[in-house]
Amino acid sequence: MNEGRFWLNEQRGTLTAFGIFLLMFAIYVGNHPAGLTANVIQTAANKGVLLAFVAMAQTLVVITAGIDLSVGMIFILTNCLASWLVVGSAVETTFGVIAVLGAGLLCGALNGAIVVFGRLQPIVATIATGAVFFGLALLLRPFPGGSVNEDLADALTGRLFGVVPTSLVALAVVVLVVWVPFSRSLIGRAAYAAGSSEIAAFMSGVPIRTAKFAAYALSGLLASIGGLFLTFFTYTGEAAFASGNAYTLFSIAAVVLGGVSLFGGKGSVIGAIFGALAFRAIGDLLFVFDLDPLWQPLFQGVVLLFAVSLGAFALFRVRNRLEWFE
Amino acid sequence: MSAVSVPLAGRLRRAVGRFDPAIVTAFACIIALLVFGSFYSASFLSPDYLLQQLKVASFLGVIATGMMMVILLGQIDLSVPWSVAVGGMMACAAAAYGPVGEVFAIPFGVLCGVGVGLVNGIGVAYLRIPSMIITLATNAVAQGLMVVYTGGFSPQDSATGAMRYLATGFLVPSVPNAVLIWALIGWATVFLLTRTTFGRAVYAIGNRERAAYLSGVATRRVVMIAFALSGALSAFGGVLLAGYASKAAQSMGDAYLLPAIAAVVLGGTSILGGRGSYLGTIAGVILITLLQSILSVMQMPEAGRQIIYGVVIIAMLLLYGRSPANR
Repeated sequence: MNEGRFWLNEQRGTLTAFGIFLLMFAIYVGNHPAGLTANVIQTAANKGVLLAFVAMAQTLVVITAGIDLSVGMIFILTNCLASWLVVGSAVETTFGVIAVLGAGLLCGALNGAIVVFGRLQPIVATIATGAVFFGLALLLRPFPGGSVNEDLADALTGRLFGVVPTSLVALAVVVLVVWVPFSRSLIGRAAYAAGSSEIAAFMSGVPIRTAKFAAYALSGLLASIGGLFLTFFTYTGEAAFASGNAYTLFSIAAVVLGGVSLFGGKGSVIGAIFGALAFRAIGDLLFVFDLDPLWQPLFQGVVLLFAVSLGAFALFRVRNRLEWFE
Repeated sequence: MSAVSVPLAGRLRRAVGRFDPAIVTAFACIIALLVFGSFYSASFLSPDYLLQQLKVASFLGVIATGMMMVILLGQIDLSVPWSVAVGGMMACAAAAYGPVGEVFAIPFGVLCGVGVGLVNGIGVAYLRIPSMIITLATNAVAQGLMVVYTGGFSPQDSATGAMRYLATGFLVPSVPNAVLIWALIGWATVFLLTRTTFGRAVYAIGNRERAAYLSGVATRRVVMIAFALSGALSAFGGVLLAGYASKAAQSMGDAYLLPAIAAVVLGGTSILGGRGSYLGTIAGVILITLLQSILSVMQMPEAGRQIIYGVVIIAMLLLYGRSPANR
């Protein structure tokens, strides 16, 4: 297999996600009453970017063959925190942003410590920490409210040069600052190795514990960037249980659509971002076709069910029935 | 009197030794909570209050029974919230169709739960989708169906007399029917898990599915049936809850996912599967219910309760639920 075909094979999931996104977005824009205007793109980008950040957070953990069912709650918690801290003068706002990101990192590190050093099952451990994070969010914001530095918020949710949505630029910057260094570092490769085969990686002396811990911690950081952007869009903080659960769920859907294997070791954050944007475009299709918004939860649920069932096609490739029981 | 050859202390130790340390701890925690509660309020130890607690516990008990079966397989069922709601809502919906509907209300509600469980079971057993993913997805679909059905509001149909009688009536004086139902379901579960091939297969699959398959167990069918049972029991819990509140509500099941998992895990059932007893689940359910009750007596806000749940689950898991280390 030559270099190009190998690369193509590795990026197949990401490219498929990109294709699905292009198709869905084309249908969306094609049927949108306003057509392809900067406004339509800005609105779509702002909605999509929120899920993209949470999906990135989920991807880092899924690559290590784990799962983080608390991402949605970290997202909500940092939203509530930002509605207290990201206010006032430029200096105060800067410290507020740093504090919110630090809180997200801390939440992720807590998950990582419990899963990696406490050796608990990630599913139950992150459900439990998710409850703790939601409780903290509720303590911070028993009722929706608060405010945010509106200059910063408008700057980050507006348009650059009147065309490019700033939120997309921010997303690209985060990918360059967090994902690219991580995936190219020793720790990042170790995260893939741990997800691919933990025992083999351990036997080869790969630092799997550091890698998994780093993945969980960075996941918390990315979720908190999402929470920060949610505050920029809504100008308030709200401890919404249903919204937190929905984001956790949609992040898994986005990851699956983005070609990241839930069994670990395969896929990339880029794929998950396109998965998130595609999932949002699919969800919004209902609006442009003028259907009752009541159908949206069912529609998204069916898309999710369909997306996770796609993995079953791998069963056709199984040569030995014992491989069912990996 | 020759039977008393073993000293009392030795017999006691042997009797205790037969139990899982987790179950003993759970019962010790229950006693500690009761003692603590009695300091707080004198009525905490009155039979009326304790029976009331047992009645509240029985709803969680029914739901946790299904969860336990799935966890014994080494899987998890995250579709509990909307399985509960589907059970309650569909039973109430059937009740709106005249006398025939009233008769079939309870079976119909439970059957809808079986449907959700079957989708989970087929996904996990035959399509080999990780259980947490497929159950999250079916939960979303069930939610979507219910939102479309109810139009986003709480349904107006109310529970039938039979549902109310099951949840709040008294067949035996002073023992609530809900407690009797939990006892019946509990007895049936113990029988199923310890006295039937199905039960042995559940434990075997939880330990190592591959070995169970090679031993001739129809592992995929067993897994599918266990998920269907879990869906049925969740929906039945929803039916009882709807009878208790005399109507179904949108988010009636949200408050049951975490407590159900917590009750099973606190009762010493291994989250990795293959190990655990129903006695532990009973202890876990009562422990969680008492904890909820004490927190509400102390007027702890929802935020504090969520944090305490999370911390308690993590702490108990760190004590009993750790996976083996890489060596």
